[in-house]
Formats: sequence, C-alpha cells, structure tokens
Amino acid sequence: MADRARGRGAPYLRVIDVSKRYGDFEALKNVSLDVWEGEFVCFLGPSGCGKTTLLRAIAGLDVQTSGRIEQGGQDISGLPVSQRDFGIVFQSYALFPNLTVAANIGYGLSPRRMGRAAVERRVAELLDMVGLSDSGAKYPGQLSGGEQQRVALARALAPSPGLLLLDEPLSALDARVRLHLRQQIKALQRRLGVTTIMVTHDQEEALTMADRIAVMSQGKVEQIGTPNEIYQRPSGRFVADFVGTMNVIEAELLAGGLARAGALELRCEAPGLAGGPVAVCFRPEDIIVRNIESHGANVVAAELNDLEFFGSYYRARLTITPGSFPVLAEFSTNAVVDLGIRAGQSIKVALPPSRLRVFSRQQ
Amino acid sequence: MTAVPSAPVVRRRLAADEWMMRGAVLAVAGALILGVGLPLYTMLSKSIEDKNGALVGFANYAKYFETPALRQSIANSITISAAVMVITVGLAFVFAYGLTRSCMPAKGLFKAIALVPLLAPSLLPAIALIYLFGKQGLLKGALFGQEIYGPIGMLLGEVFYCFPHALIILVTAFSLSDQRLYEAAQSLRASSLRTFLTVTVPGVRYGLISSAFVVFTLVITDFGVPKVVGGWYNVLATDIYKQVIGQQNFQMGAVVSVLLIIPAVFAFGVNQIVRRRQVALLSARAVAFQPKPSAMRDWCLFGFSALVAFCIMAILATAAAASFVKFWPYNLSTWLGHYDFSNTDGGGWRAYRNSIEMSAWTALFGTAIVFVGAYLTEKIRGFAAVRAAVHFLAMIPMAVPGLVLGLAYIFFFNSPANPLNFLYHTMAILVICTIVHFYTVAHLTAVTALKQMDPEFEAVGASLKVPAYVTFWRVSLPIAMPALLDISIYLFVNAMTTVSAVVFIYAPATALASVAVLNMDDAGDTAPAAAMAMMIVYTSATVRVLHWLATRRIARRSTAWQRR
Repeated sequence: MADRARGRGAPYLRVIDVSKRYGDFEALKNVSLDVWEGEFVCFLGPSGCGKTTLLRAIAGLDVQTSGRIEQGGQDISGLPVSQRDFGIVFQSYALFPNLTVAANIGYGLSPRRMGRAAVERRVAELLDMVGLSDSGAKYPGQLSGGEQQRVALARALAPSPGLLLLDEPLSALDARVRLHLRQQIKALQRRLGVTTIMVTHDQEEALTMADRIAVMSQGKVEQIGTPNEIYQRPSGRFVADFVGTMNVIEAELLAGGLARAGALELRCEAPGLAGGPVAVCFRPEDIIVRNIESHGANVVAAELNDLEFFGSYYRARLTITPGSFPVLAEFSTNAVVDLGIRAGQSIKVALPPSRLRVFSRQQ
Repeated sequence: MTAVPSAPVVRRRLAADEWMMRGAVLAVAGALILGVGLPLYTMLSKSIEDKNGALVGFANYAKYFETPALRQSIANSITISAAVMVITVGLAFVFAYGLTRSCMPAKGLFKAIALVPLLAPSLLPAIALIYLFGKQGLLKGALFGQEIYGPIGMLLGEVFYCFPHALIILVTAFSLSDQRLYEAAQSLRASSLRTFLTVTVPGVRYGLISSAFVVFTLVITDFGVPKVVGGWYNVLATDIYKQVIGQQNFQMGAVVSVLLIIPAVFAFGVNQIVRRRQVALLSARAVAFQPKPSAMRDWCLFGFSALVAFCIMAILATAAAASFVKFWPYNLSTWLGHYDFSNTDGGGWRAYRNSIEMSAWTALFGTAIVFVGAYLTEKIRGFAAVRAAVHFLAMIPMAVPGLVLGLAYIFFFNSPANPLNFLYHTMAILVICTIVHFYTVAHLTAVTALKQMDPEFEAVGASLKVPAYVTFWRVSLPIAMPALLDISIYLFVNAMTTVSAVVFIYAPATALASVAVLNMDDAGDTAPAAAMAMMIVYTSATVRVLHWLATRRIARRSTAWQRR
C-alpha cells in the first residue's frame, strides 16, 4: 500500500533541511525526509539521536531553528500547534485525570460546532474502535496502562486528524501488553489509513510496525527505507550495528575485493570502495554451517565455544581460527541435530561474500 | 561541518491563546514590579537621601553607626536571634524525632498542638508571658528576681513563636529518610548511637541548617514580641518602628531596614542552596522509614513532647484565661467584658471585621494572582526572559522582612508624585501589601503543584485545537484544587496574624485586629489585647478546621479519579 503510494504524486509530509539548535548543541542537522499519505513511518534511534526533537518540530511543540516543514502541500514551518492538523499520543499518555474516559476522548470535539448528539456518537464510535465500549464513564486512573494508552489513541484520533504522531507510545507498558498493542495500533492504522509517525528506540517495534523506518543518529537521518532494506542492506556501520545483531571485523581492503584482517582473508563485494581500512559486517544468521562446500569462497575453520538453545535455533559463540575473531552465529536446530554439532568442537563455516557488508572506516 | 551556517531562522507564529498568555504574564510581571520592585527600590534610595531628598551617599549609615544605642541594637538582635535559634532548633529536633522516629502515643495530638502558635500573632505569647511572669504574674518567683521585660521575655516569646516553623522543616527532613540505610546500619551491627550519628543526623543536616536560618530570620525580623515584652532591650525591628512612628525619621528607618534585609537575604540564599540539595538526597527508590517500638526511647520522647506541648498550651491558655477573667490576678471571676472593645484604643470590633475582610480579599486575590502567575511561568513556551523575571520577583518577598516591606510601601505609595497614591490609606493597599509579603511561599506551593502535573496537558489541548484557557479551566485548575486551598488558607491565616507589614500602612478606618492588639497593649489595656489576640486565634483555628473539611471532601471526590 505504502509502496504503491511512494513515487506517485506529492508526499503528504515533507521535512526539508530542518535543523534545531539549543545554544551550541545541534539536536537536528539538516534533516530531510518525505512521508506519503497513509504511510506508517518510524523514527528509530538511540536516546538523544534527535528523533523526539524531530517529532516535536513536526508537531510545532518545539519549532525548528531553520528549515521547512510542509504538510498537505502547505508550509507549516512556523505555525502554532493549534493551527496544525495532527493528533498526538505521548509516552505518558497525558490523559486528563479529572475527566472521564468519554470526556477525554471528546475533549477535541466541540459540541457547539458539531452538536451534542454528534459528539456523543463519535465518542461511542471511538470507544468501540479501541475496544473500551464499557469504560466511557470511568476515570483514566481506573484503567490499566494498556487501556489508558488506547484512550489516548482514541482521543488523538477523535477529530480525524490528517497525521497521527506517536511518541514512544508503548515504552511505559509491560512486554505482553506491548506486543498486543503493537498489533492493535498497526491494524487500526491500516484500517483508518491515517498517515502515522512513531518515535521509538525499540528496533523490534519499528521492524514489525513500520512501512518505512528512518534510522537516526546524532541529529541526522542515517538511512530511511523499508524494514527489510534497513535490516538487509544497512547503509552504514551505525545502522548495521543498531538494527539487529551484527558481527564486525575490522580489516584492510585490498585490491580485487579481498579484505585482510590479520591471518584472516575474506572475499567480499565492495563496489565503490577503493581500499583502505574497512569494517566487514555480517549477521549471525549469515554464518553458514550446512553445505559449506557449495559456497566455495570464505570457508574458514572455527572453534565452537558455546551453544545456547533458543527453541527453533541455537545461538553459537565461535572463534574464527585464523586471526581468532570472536563472532556470534545462529544455527537452526535442525542443522545442529543433523550435523551433530556440540560445544567445544572445531567446525568449518562459510561466510558467503554476498552476505558480507563492507563499510569504510574512514570518515 | 555545516555547509550553509546561515539558513534563515524559522519564526514561530503564535496562536491567539498564546498571545493572551504572554499578555497575562506581562501583566503579572508589571504587578510584581509595582508591588515588589519599585517600593523596595524607593526604600533603598531613601536610605541614601537626606530629609529633603538630596543624595547624601552613605551619610545616614555613618550617622547610624555613630549612635551607640543603635549600634547596641545590632548586637542585641544578633544575640537574641542566635540564642532563640539554638534553643528552638534543639527542642524542635527532639520533638520532630519523636513524631517521626518513635512509637510514642498521641503523636497526632502533639503535632496539632505544636502547630498552634501559627494561628496566633507573635504578640500573643508576649502578652501571655506578662500575665505569667509580669509584675502581677502567677509565676513571677520563677525568674528569681529577674524581669520578664527584656531578653528573657523575648527569648521565651520567640521560642513559642518560631517553634512550629522549625518543627515543620525538621519533620519533613526526618520523613525523607530511607529505611534501607537503617537496615544497612543494623546489618553492619552499628550501635544505635553510631547509627544516630552516622545515618540520622547526616540525613537531616540540611533540614537543621534550613530551620536554623529560618528561625534566625524570623526572630531578627519579628516585631510583635520585642514590642510587647522587649522592655529596655532594643533590637533592630523595634528601632525601625521607633524611628518611623516615634521620631518620623524615615531616612534612618530606611537605613535600619536595609540592615535588617542583610541577614534575611543571607538566610534566603542558604535556604535556596539547601532546598536543592535536599531534593537530591531522596532517590525515587527510597523506602519510607517505619519506626519499631522501644519502650525506653518512646516514653522518654513522650515525656519530652508532653512537656513541650504543655508549655505551648499553657501560654495559649494563659492568654485565653486573661481574656475571660475580670481582673487578673485579683478577681478571677469569669467576665466577657474584655471582649467589649468599645472603651479601648485600636478600633475594636471594627478592626476585627476589617481583619476578616482583609484576610478574605488577600486569600481570594492572592491565590488567584499567585496561581495564574505560577501557571504562566511554568506553561508558556518561549518568552523565557519575562518568565524568569516573574519567578525572580516572586522569590524576593521571602527575603524582605514585613516591617521593611511596610516602610517601603509608605515611601512608594505615599509619594504625591505616584499616580497610585490614591491607594494609600485604603483597604486595597493592605491587601496588596499582605499578598506581596507572603507571596513567595504561596508561589512555590503553586509551582510544586504544577510541576507534578503531566507537562503535556497543554500540548494535547493545543493539538486538539482547544484554547489554552479552556484546558486551564477544565483540567489544570481542578487538579490543582488542593494546592489552591492550601495557598488560600496560608494567606488567610497569615493575613489575620501579621502585624509587621501592615503596622505602617493602616489608617484609622482600616485598623486591623492584630494592630489593635498592639495598640491596646501599648495603651495598657492588656486584657482586651489578650481578648483580641484570642479572637484571631479562634478565627484562624475555625478557618483551619473548615479547610481541613474542604480538603477531605476534595480528596474524597478526587479519589473517584484514582480508585476503582
């Protein structure tokens, strides 16, 4: 859906060259990105990376120092919060404790403009939508964390905003509720088709929920792409490291696509890199232990130090013998059983060149 | 690193409600400049002028320090303040320890009694002391021939007056301690003395420092006790009064005022630092201390607390008794005649009604401006300079003794050149002065309450296109209701009991009960003075009880928000 929208027509939200400075500190450095209508975009990054600052700039809560933000073709760069078109859910929910759930949800609906009956209908509809039909008369303090979160969501969606902003909406909840709400929010967003931006530091949340992820670090967008692109083809060392688990071997890139790290030589595909110091990165599941002969290249000996059982797979701590590099690998349970792999063994593994990502270490 | 450093800066446009809020905060800033800044400035400049308004530099100060009697006042003020500080903090420390760290019986009663002095003007203990130890006093012999008029009387009166102030701070300090530290000490087999010295005392050291400075400032700036029972022992506070009311020497009054501000500013500065430290002391994970019974300790503390409570009640009971008996100590038959103020100075029942009126206006307008001011300084986005200015102006009154503020108001509002001159000698100026006098504590209470609210309420409101004033009315105000009640009761009771700030600016038509106590005592009508002081106590106590009932009702209603 989002893929279809992308590249067709104008983006719904455009962030153009936005910077934010607090004194000498640059919280955002010339950030640009586009969001298409109906898309679910996550800003993902460690704390202090500028993701919340960017969200608050889009909301108008902390206006950027320079740069332009457009929504629906209109320049909203300096507009006050109340003249923008968005609903927001904060990490704390910020529900009004002295108002009932229904009054909270109806807070942004004016009985004067809509008529009392229409407001009541809309509130009932939203209560139903978030599965809290019976809780309208309760106060927020009487609800569980997850229920409060849904009230906050309903309140934000009540005036049918063009844009939904979610600021770490799940981080205050315990793991089980979080998992459940993740699916609920995603399903609701699909159904309503509302353009949504969510800020999170949780990569799993971003990977499962987003149509596209903008990975941010130190005030910059490092990469923006679908969860698959981000995971499979990280654009740089930071993204590679931050999303998922990544093994990194610092090496020297020689001519002919050969990377050397001490006694270890790895063949790799590094178009566009001239040579010099590089980081060779690969994910645990890209270390092959079955049918290694068919791979040919990059077959190396390794010591299997430790096996940890995770149900459908094992996590293995290996030391690659040439150069003695410690790496993490994931072997399917089938492979471990079939090959009779045990801790303490010496085995052979393959690191297929196509799975190795090579980044320059020169800035 | 940045390629184009000079990208055009985005100008944030403001919504209508944001303009309103900025206008309102400017209005509050203006009011505070008029009520705090300009009067104090006028007073400071008076201290370096002669009678005709010509600039004379520090000549007035030089003259002051050449006068031995006035110099003596400084020494007296410091001596008595230091003595009261040591005694009061010592008593309050043990009392607070008993309330928080023991399992002695009747804690609630002791605490209630200990707070009674807050309901009375500081004139009351002084009058009671005269009845107990004066020339016809019941316990005159207990002074071994010493006179109650002088340092002894002042010491006793000030200890009574300051005790609850020190106690509140120390009880808070004690209750902020962490049970886990005691468990750690116990598991390391520390003796109870060692635990006391290494855990208890360090835990409350900021409270000790803070209460010591508060007491010192209260004593050095108090006017009621030395006026009534000070006798020949001159102190700075009575000097101001004598210079201004007695000799109409306003310049010298201003000089003494400036001297009186110095310790108050110093104490204020220390308090600010201590406050910051105390917060950092308590981590969010701390476990509240639960005392375990220990017969020996509990009964010792019970005995001590009972003795202190008895002394407090004895002072109060003496004043009450003096107001009800015909002629102390010769005719002890009950008589309500002292409550008929028609034949005495001071304004009588009219003064009492004025006090009620003044306190009610102070509570009403004071709470409104304090809360709105605090709300605006906390919630406006941007406009940092004005917000900081309001906050700064709100903090100043804490460091200004009441007498000094009152004198500053004479200088500022009595000047014919001031367009606000029409306020002089009205009820309005008493209300304004009293609001300003007690502004800081009220402001800090409001700020604390606002800081406990979710900071994003306004952002949510704005995103839903609800104007800020609607969110203020529907959400912030109802949630802050307990704090608003606290502020209004604080202002009301202090307006009832204060003497120092208003004694310079009341007019015959706006005489107040507390001032009437002073004037009746001055004229030798001690029994009616005691009666009027007791009227203030009855009123403050009644209002306190009403406040307690109202708070309970609100608490019950707001538990509907919180519990299933």
